[in-house]
Amino acid sequence: MTAASAAPSVKSFPSPSSLPVPAGAEGWEELYPYYLTFRNDATSDDKFWFCDSQHWPTVYKPFETIGGEFAVKCLGQYNSRHLLIPPADGIEFKIHLGYLYMSPVAVPEDRIAARVPEFERRVGHYFQNWDSLLAQWKEKVLATIRDMEDLEFPALPEMVPFDDIVAGKAKDGSEVLLENYDRLIQLCYQNWQYHFEFLNLGYLAYLDFFNFAKEVFPGIPDQGIAKMVQGVDMELFRPDDELKKLALLAVDLGLQSAFADTDDVDGTLAAIAALAGGDRWIEAYRAAQDPWFNFTVGNGFYGHDKYWIEHQEIPLSYIKDYIRRVDEGQDILRPVDELVAERDRIIEEYRSLLDGEDLATFDAKRGLAATAYPYVENHNFYIEHRTMGVFWRKIRELSRVFVGAGFWAQEGDLLYLNRNEVRDALFDLVTGWAVGAQPIGPTYWPTEIERRRRIVDALSTQRPAPALNTPPAQITEPFTQMLWGITTEQVEQWLADDDGDDTGVTGMAASPGVAEGRARVVYHADQLGEVQEGEILVATITAPSWGPIFGRIRAAVTDIGGMMSHAAIVCREYGLPAVTGTGNGSTTIRTGQLIRVDGNTGRVEILED
Amino acid sequence: MTVHIQFFDDDLPADHALLGGKCASLVTMTAAGMPVPPGFAVTTALYDAFVAESGLGEIIATKLQNLDPGDVAQVELVSAAIRTEICSRPVPQHLREPVIAAYAALQDRFLQPVPVAVRSSATAEDLPDASFAGQQDTYLWLTELPEVLSHIRACWASLYTSRAITYRLKNGIDEQGLSMAVAVQKMVDARVAGVAMTLNPHNGDRSKVTIDASYGVGESVVSGHVTPDNILMDKVMLSVVQERIGTKHIELVPDATSGRLTEREVEPERSAVRCLTDTELKSVATLAKNAERHYGVPQDIEWALDRDLPEGEDLLLLQARPETVHSTATAAPAAQARPASGFSGLGGITAALLGAGSYAPTIPTHHHHSKETVR
Repeated sequence: MTAASAAPSVKSFPSPSSLPVPAGAEGWEELYPYYLTFRNDATSDDKFWFCDSQHWPTVYKPFETIGGEFAVKCLGQYNSRHLLIPPADGIEFKIHLGYLYMSPVAVPEDRIAARVPEFERRVGHYFQNWDSLLAQWKEKVLATIRDMEDLEFPALPEMVPFDDIVAGKAKDGSEVLLENYDRLIQLCYQNWQYHFEFLNLGYLAYLDFFNFAKEVFPGIPDQGIAKMVQGVDMELFRPDDELKKLALLAVDLGLQSAFADTDDVDGTLAAIAALAGGDRWIEAYRAAQDPWFNFTVGNGFYGHDKYWIEHQEIPLSYIKDYIRRVDEGQDILRPVDELVAERDRIIEEYRSLLDGEDLATFDAKRGLAATAYPYVENHNFYIEHRTMGVFWRKIRELSRVFVGAGFWAQEGDLLYLNRNEVRDALFDLVTGWAVGAQPIGPTYWPTEIERRRRIVDALSTQRPAPALNTPPAQITEPFTQMLWGITTEQVEQWLADDDGDDTGVTGMAASPGVAEGRARVVYHADQLGEVQEGEILVATITAPSWGPIFGRIRAAVTDIGGMMSHAAIVCREYGLPAVTGTGNGSTTIRTGQLIRVDGNTGRVEILED
Repeated sequence: MTVHIQFFDDDLPADHALLGGKCASLVTMTAAGMPVPPGFAVTTALYDAFVAESGLGEIIATKLQNLDPGDVAQVELVSAAIRTEICSRPVPQHLREPVIAAYAALQDRFLQPVPVAVRSSATAEDLPDASFAGQQDTYLWLTELPEVLSHIRACWASLYTSRAITYRLKNGIDEQGLSMAVAVQKMVDARVAGVAMTLNPHNGDRSKVTIDASYGVGESVVSGHVTPDNILMDKVMLSVVQERIGTKHIELVPDATSGRLTEREVEPERSAVRCLTDTELKSVATLAKNAERHYGVPQDIEWALDRDLPEGEDLLLLQARPETVHSTATAAPAAQARPASGFSGLGGITAALLGAGSYAPTIPTHHHHSKETVR
């Protein structure tokens, strides 16, 4: 906390009801469950809320609230019911005008002390048994994914098979559809519970080391602390590393000519197979897919997220780009040895300034953080990428059953129903089939889906307000600061931005260095192809699978995210300057503008249009 | 091979007997990543050859024979006579030439002729001020070769000041083997200069480097005549932790013709901004770190950016001395009782969560030039 931030904030963000409803979005509240909108909750309407556009940058379609609901609910349970974090319960969440807003729940002063013994007992157990519990976690999560993979949504038969009559089965198969739908939702919920089993602990260990480092080295840069615990060989970097290896192999084998048109996946793979050595490459390519292509270009929270395994034109185009760079003589591999050497240098230099008990404490706390922290990055691969990849694929399979029954026209239309309506529709479908009459869905849903689509489209024309209502004088909740970069300074910055500073934006100095270049503003992963060599990426957020893009940009600027956000970590990895959590970088900066990103100070200047 | 001339950056050993204390230290510092103003040593070997070949040796020995250190007037006379001899005897051509060539080579490093300083560099306890080895004679702002050559002789002659002669006689120090090296060094033409300390003087925190910097010659910073920029840097990450932009309203700039420093006003545009770039800040901090590593204790250095040297090679170390105020204090910034360590140290986590540790991961300092940010 800086002393300058002690001044109480006098300004406010808009209240939810004062925000304009975009034309055509009237009645948007009906798209979401009753408990998720402000209008049914008078008590929390005037609290301070911040928008989590880090995870949900675009408007929710009704079905997609499942990710937000499961994630934030499960985050809360670990704070409040598993670990009893003394000062912090969970995070309340609401949807307003299609975007997710959050408000951390503090534990009342007089109840904090009583939680300490349980907290220490529980957290202590995890930290003492980290490796075995984490190994167990991986098994649980992978088993859930396998169970999810096994779920099927078979079309209902014209008549029950005779064998079932003979066997006295006495069930028509519709129960499988209903059960498997319920099971799919439950399995998704299960892995979201697992998701947070270690996440809060990872942050806790980091926080502990962070505090100690700030105590013995007052003013130590956050980047220094981050670099001392950040892993280098993380699973989250593996998919990108696999593509690089495949590119190098393609160059070795002289297969470049086969990558002319990677949008044609089958054609590309056939062309490769036809070349000498092509079989070897195809074999390596297939081997890399499981599990590393279970990787989304988004963040796993949206039904439209594309996964490499189902959209191989994406990894193939990245490989093509890597091949080009290898042929130009560039070294595409991450400088792992240098990164490790630099991390070791930083650790050793700080260690050399300590002795005795301080040094022992430093080593213990850093060791714990370095053990626990990699989970914070790696879990993404298991939940957001693998679990959610399977989940959305299964949802599409289910949707095809509805399409076949005439409920709606496109796979993606299901997303305009909420998850409970899908169950209703499923019962409608099996009822119509069983009764021999027409289900209601085919006459009801197409019009309703169109109506909802228009509302979602209308909501999408408006960016979310970064926050709502009057902020507290100080943001003190450590997780909020760390996970979302919501600090007193950030809130002040957002309020200041209302005053119309159009010379640039300010955020977190997340990765050191200074770079100038033309801005490329990217809102969706689909726009990544527009990014040109040497440009500066300006995005709402970035996702791990954007890795290959970082090899061609000069710097990154994001609206949301802290020191440990994806963009920050990858930029430090690639040695690129990054400013994260600017709040409004993607709306203030326009593509083509010449900008200067100062990753040492957190300032982004617009130099010319 | 006899070395008569040794440039500080020749990558030759810092042979004390050959170079004298001053020059040996300049060579050592250059090798240790602490560049000093460029220049060369006229070695003791050259002086010895001069004394031997010119017949000076016998003359000096004769004059010093039976001299009574208590006879102040006589000592004064002998001293003057010897010094006159040293300054007037012809230097053999083969000894003169390398000095002239070295001076030309030094000048060749710059676009325009630069003034030099000539300093004596004594070898041992031959002189009364041995603790300030080789600091006895310093001649600044020399611009012509003949001047340079005559001041080299003046340095040699300083071996025989009446004070030095008396000191040696009283302490029974043998005249045999007495020698002197001389440093010829570019005068620093400071664009920006200042001091740096390898700790935070406010709390003794050794993970920081504190830099004071202002325009022109560093004297104005050292003497407190201007309010310099004050920058606190992280010693490991080499990033700015905190900064205050000083007013820096005047700068001292050398006037080569008068050999004096003149004071001039700094334009508002320059005084309002930090006088060091990020890269220069890192270089100064690295220089201070190198000095600390080299000497093994916290250092207090004087440095300058020389306007005659190319960017990236213009940072010079002018002086390094141990920082004595804080480095001897044992109180660490946060030496209060802390939980032991490791998993049993959950109290630390708890304390942090309960606000006992008042730091939370947060946006690093934003360096707005106008305001100071205190963590």
